[in-house]
Amino acid sequence: MRHGKYPFIVGFLFLPIVLYVGLVLWPYAQTFGYSLTDWSGASQEMNFVGLDNYTRLLDDEVFGNALWHNLLLLILLPVVTILIALFFAFMLNVGGKGGTGGVQGVKGAGFYKVVFFFPQVLSIAILAVLWGAVYRTDQSGLANGVLIKLGLASVDQPVQWLSDPDMVMWCVLAVLVWSGVGFYLVLFSAAMQSIPKDIYEAALLDGAKRGQTFFKITLPLLWETVQTAWVYLAIVAMDAFALVSSITPGAYFGGGPDHHSELISTYLMRSFLRNGEAGYACAMGVVIFFFTLILTVVSLWATKRDKIEY
Amino acid sequence: MATIDKTASVPGQRGTGSKPAQDRTQRFGEGGGVLNVFSHGFLAVWAILIVLPLGWVVLGSFKTDSQINGSAWSWPAAFHFDAFGRAWEKGIGGFFMNTIIVLLGSVTLTMLLGSMAAYVLARYEFKGNKVIYYLFVAGSMFPVYLALVPLFFMVRNLGEISPYLGLNSYAGLILVYVAYSLPFTVFFMYSFFRTLPTAVHEAAMLDGCSHARAFFQIMVPMAKPGLISVGIFNILGQWNQYILPVTLMQPTTAGEADHSMLAQGLVNLALQSGYKSDAPALFAGMTIAMLPVLVVYLSFQRQVQAGLTSATLK
Repeated sequence: MRHGKYPFIVGFLFLPIVLYVGLVLWPYAQTFGYSLTDWSGASQEMNFVGLDNYTRLLDDEVFGNALWHNLLLLILLPVVTILIALFFAFMLNVGGKGGTGGVQGVKGAGFYKVVFFFPQVLSIAILAVLWGAVYRTDQSGLANGVLIKLGLASVDQPVQWLSDPDMVMWCVLAVLVWSGVGFYLVLFSAAMQSIPKDIYEAALLDGAKRGQTFFKITLPLLWETVQTAWVYLAIVAMDAFALVSSITPGAYFGGGPDHHSELISTYLMRSFLRNGEAGYACAMGVVIFFFTLILTVVSLWATKRDKIEY
Repeated sequence: MATIDKTASVPGQRGTGSKPAQDRTQRFGEGGGVLNVFSHGFLAVWAILIVLPLGWVVLGSFKTDSQINGSAWSWPAAFHFDAFGRAWEKGIGGFFMNTIIVLLGSVTLTMLLGSMAAYVLARYEFKGNKVIYYLFVAGSMFPVYLALVPLFFMVRNLGEISPYLGLNSYAGLILVYVAYSLPFTVFFMYSFFRTLPTAVHEAAMLDGCSHARAFFQIMVPMAKPGLISVGIFNILGQWNQYILPVTLMQPTTAGEADHSMLAQGLVNLALQSGYKSDAPALFAGMTIAMLPVLVVYLSFQRQVQAGLTSATLK
């Protein structure tokens, strides 16, 4: 590389870096600063209040609810999604007839993969409108329609899916699992296909059953992928904003009934755009940041294992 | 993966000819038969669970309002397309166009700026090279909520410089989309440019080709497969973006044109009962919003699946 190298480097990097620093990194940094002020967002007036916003968060019952729901999703979403996806991935790749090859997937595996994966490419906003219609509380909602058809619910007393405080979080979880399974199925499938077939064949010749081959061979060799899926699902769980804000009851960004599906992100948006509490909202953003950070570190540490090479 | 399959079927590695092995295979085959029915059952149930709500929505766009508000199991009385027309007029058409305009700008710019930065970072040695790269990679780790409040005011201030850059403006949203798509694009293209051979590039340089020309005429064509993967990833991601437009694309003064994106506009219409008396139009709106994604997905499903999964495995 001779003449003109540095002008070229600067020329190519200038715009991307300006955009990235200006619109991504600088706002990230500013959030930490604003979270220490009583800024309303509407005016220029801004006073330094130290950690007041954070101590206020500790006493805020709505925030406590939100935090609890975030935790609930963080634990349940990965567990349920990964279990179902692993089950299906194993079915697709090793569940077929034995045949002479010893191990093979079921027929139509490709078709299933395409169908299962589809919800993943749909916008979470479309999912929200779709599931809003499915969860309607009268007989015209699909969920109630199926139950009534099966005789499990009556037309006069349909299930109050999203308006029932005890059910609303489960309904949200169901949508997230529904849309996520296909993606992790494909992820695990790819990982399973890279496991050499000789290993399975050797195990089968030694008399291993399918259950054994799954727990003794597939799962250990997939562990690293499972771990990645875990971290990624945790991020999805933190990001359930679009869904909750648009299908659950409650004025401005959902969270109802009576904060029973409140998330930190819905509370953040309401505080910022409706209640004029930008500083307070920033403090919640910082909480989400540390939440994500701690979570990533903990799950990486907890699922740490020796890498198996094959 | 293909190579592994090949090694597995190398003759002589398995005792296929010997009797005991055959017996075992057969026994296993029988057990597999039961399992096969069992696994097909579960897979079919899940497939129905996926297809049923989607098909129900599409059918709903042909129903009449009273049909939708009646039993969920009614079949459309007739297949008329007028609900689509009404949905389009109620704003879906405008939102659709807004999304296309923003996406054309943002995907093009993301790909251009992202691959330019990735190329320089991957193939030129200079001070601070690694620092800049890791700064880009780190950006993809943080939740966007951390930046929302300052970002809103940042864009509003840009609006004071020029109204074409501020809140509820196409260019403002385009720049924000580009900025938030850069980390993954740079990360992905960085590893792609690293794998490309250096010989062609060096030959061009010896012939007196400039750095910029070598990039556009040699490296970009060679990087086409990578660009397509990232491109699809960015198209789907930006088409489906929700939180950024909700925060940034809201009219600040009364009477200002609504520049909502499709997903955002659909949710607003559903929430603010814009379809209260017209449920079929809402279902038609959903169908309209799903259709382009379905087409992109079915035509590129391999790349989409590969692209999205490799995005996770970073």
